[in-house]
Amino acid sequence: MKDHAALSEEFNIDEPRVNWHDETLWLIRQKRDKAVHGIPEWEWLRETASQVKNNVLSNLSAYLEQFEANALANGVFVHWAADANEHNEIIHSILRKHQVERMVKSKSMLTEECHLNDYLTENGIEVIDSDLGERIVQLGNEHPSHIVLPCIHKKKEEIGDLFHKYLGTAAGESDPQILTEAARQHLRETFLTRKVALTGVNFAVAETGEFVVCTNEGNADMGAHLADVHIASMGIEKIIPERKHLGVFLRLLTRSATGQPITTYSSHFKSPRQGQEMHIVLVDNGRSRQLGRENFRNSLKCIRCGSCMNTCPVYRRSGGHSYHSVISGPIGSILAPNLDMKEFADLPFASTLCGSCSNVCPVKIDIHNQLYKWRQVLVKEGYVSNTKAISMKTMTWVISFPALFAFAGKTGRWAMKNLPFLVNNKLNPWYKAREMPVPPKESFRDWYVKNRGQK
Amino acid sequence: MTVGLFIPCYVDQFYPQAGIATLQLLERLGVDVVYPPKQTCCGQPMANSGFSHLTQDCDDLITESFAEFDYVVVPSGSCALHIKDHLHSDKHPDDARHLRTKVYELVEFLTDILKVKDLKARFPHKVGVHQSCHGLRGLHLSQMSELVAPPFSKPEQLLNMVEGIELIPLSRVDECCGFGGTFCVAEEAVSAKMGKDRVADHISHGAEYITGADLSCLMHMEGILRRQKSNVKVMHIAEILNSL
Amino acid sequence: MSSREKILALVKANQPSLTSLPSLDIPVDVHLDLVENFTFIATNIGSRVMEVSGFDEIKETIAKLFLPGRIVSSFPELADIAEIQLTDPDPHSLANVNLAVLGAELGVSENGALWLSENNMMQRVLPFICQHLALVVNKKSIVANMHEAYRVLGNNNPGFGAFIAGPSKTADIEQSLVLGAHGPRSMTVFLI
Repeated sequence: MKDHAALSEEFNIDEPRVNWHDETLWLIRQKRDKAVHGIPEWEWLRETASQVKNNVLSNLSAYLEQFEANALANGVFVHWAADANEHNEIIHSILRKHQVERMVKSKSMLTEECHLNDYLTENGIEVIDSDLGERIVQLGNEHPSHIVLPCIHKKKEEIGDLFHKYLGTAAGESDPQILTEAARQHLRETFLTRKVALTGVNFAVAETGEFVVCTNEGNADMGAHLADVHIASMGIEKIIPERKHLGVFLRLLTRSATGQPITTYSSHFKSPRQGQEMHIVLVDNGRSRQLGRENFRNSLKCIRCGSCMNTCPVYRRSGGHSYHSVISGPIGSILAPNLDMKEFADLPFASTLCGSCSNVCPVKIDIHNQLYKWRQVLVKEGYVSNTKAISMKTMTWVISFPALFAFAGKTGRWAMKNLPFLVNNKLNPWYKAREMPVPPKESFRDWYVKNRGQK
Repeated sequence: MTVGLFIPCYVDQFYPQAGIATLQLLERLGVDVVYPPKQTCCGQPMANSGFSHLTQDCDDLITESFAEFDYVVVPSGSCALHIKDHLHSDKHPDDARHLRTKVYELVEFLTDILKVKDLKARFPHKVGVHQSCHGLRGLHLSQMSELVAPPFSKPEQLLNMVEGIELIPLSRVDECCGFGGTFCVAEEAVSAKMGKDRVADHISHGAEYITGADLSCLMHMEGILRRQKSNVKVMHIAEILNSL
Repeated sequence: MSSREKILALVKANQPSLTSLPSLDIPVDVHLDLVENFTFIATNIGSRVMEVSGFDEIKETIAKLFLPGRIVSSFPELADIAEIQLTDPDPHSLANVNLAVLGAELGVSENGALWLSENNMMQRVLPFICQHLALVVNKKSIVANMHEAYRVLGNNNPGFGAFIAGPSKTADIEQSLVLGAHGPRSMTVFLI
């Protein structure tokens, strides 16, 4: 399987496209900046949100029980899923109970994490994603490349081709207005004919048992309010203590994500409408394990705004799919190794540790520090390739001995000056796009001995 | 006041002129500077690659070399930050802990400890300032563009004391150059692309020189510039502040 | 052991020691004209905001902008141009509504959102399925920000409620903003 470096190299073959991807996401970062600079108390909001989330993680078991009790009292069915498989089985059993073979789904990264669509498809259930971006990647048989902007990697012409093939729009049509209208008609028919709708959850309030779903398109509401059965899947970390805390998070979420002051719809679901059935599935799938990793538990504070992706200079130039995990970008790189250290050992290294991610994070997750810490864990656990380990050991050995270091330095410089083909060739990845530094006549050390030696 | 001068390994080997400028500048400002000969590297290349458990000998060397000084000055934000955040020594735990509190990157040493108000320096050129990430977000040498907080910049504060200099604006004030230590070879494609983009921002705003407080970033950008056969040069901030 | 017990036991074992909740008092004071700012922000996010003296004016505007077409409203004042009682309880029967005129309980100055509870929705799906949505709100019910909004609302939620800020929208295709994704193509706010 290809790692992040190899996938990024492929992404970088088409440089104009990399520029387009980078500039599109940078524009969103700029929108975010504009929005947050209009809020003088922004840094206070981030700190407050961070502290609320710290409290949540420190009292999660009690909040989960409180949430469950309130949800049950509100007339909602509550399910618990230890892992992805159990989550999928629960959804399937609800569908079976109602003898339903078609479901409409609004955006839920959790169901992506659980590979619910594949599971249901294998079991003969048709699932249609109703978020426009998700529908587009679904038609293209791909996965979202970004948690908020699922098809940010796709050009409108490519989307036009997909719509021509599957939704019957005119060949060559790529006007976003016209394509969106076609999707509206197609999905409206879907909403009106599906008996079961699944949504994600942005926040779940322990105090009241209600949950909040945020969308701009209104797809969660169209699905849920027309269906006989509404299923909401949520990670156990989505809990917040009290309703008033929604004020903090709803102020942060969309400003960080897209620069909007709030999503068009922030829907508060508390109990089913008359005659409707409502289910909540609480999913662990490794979250309790991450909670136990002291250095990495803060990653569970994430509210999935995607701002770390938009600001990440690597993400912008490597594309979401280069992270080969459900959640891409910096936050994905600290979440994924918890799920599988071997498969995702490359991700914490897919960063320059520039720290911009931690600065835009609305709940102040120290993302870049966690990337650094994961690197230490992954090396110790033996998930880093041998060649890298050996060269690091050699380097450590050399620089641990001053005399040897000075000698190696001299030799190295001599070699570079005299035998440029030795190092200045295509085998050296540095040299592919960059010249080597010009070696000077003498090192600082030599100069110092000569000029200040008497001191 | 006696200052121990820490010269990062690659500066020693490839950019001695930046080390010399740092030394001369501090001496001109009346500081007694000593370069302990047994120093090698701060250990960051290993630690950032996940091998922090291998840096003990390196850390012991630094601790033994610099324990005696009032301050340690490093003309590199990234190395200074690494020592500040990660230096530990089982042999000399107290010395190491103390050392972490007295390590300064050159720019912050000039603005915060020496409180330099004027410099006799002249550099009549258009200069772009590269905010290295570790200096920026680790040492807070400048305000970070992501935060809602009043702006400041310690490197620019010093550069503005230089006669004839013209600091150019940038479209992205503090984007990473893509060096990232071993990232530059492990993730060659993205690293090189980031470097190209960073350099292009400076060039499009008319820079003749790109400067900064971290030669690792400048080395990366220099590699790109020279491959492009550009006339734009990189220069460590110490060299500009020390130019007459 | 059930998954519920397993998860709760793991969480309990792994959660760090209890930390306290922060105060929600904003440290800075911002004095803005709430209605003016609301209008500015709401207009920016695609709403049409109109200050009106009463329902006669609302009726005039509706006649100008939204007729012909099916109009549904929770306001008895609009009985002569709208259905004010839904005869069919099936939400699917609302698929052909052109305009819904509903009452919002409060508006939020900082983001142009309006809170609408199930009590004023007639049917939960109505404000989402209609082609156009108009919300009527009292100017005195505009609060400064989301903290204020929740202070006023308390834990009041009859079963479903939503903040609605502008028409349904998407920018999923190359970040081009398109109004009218799945829900209303336009949103009108009548300030009374």
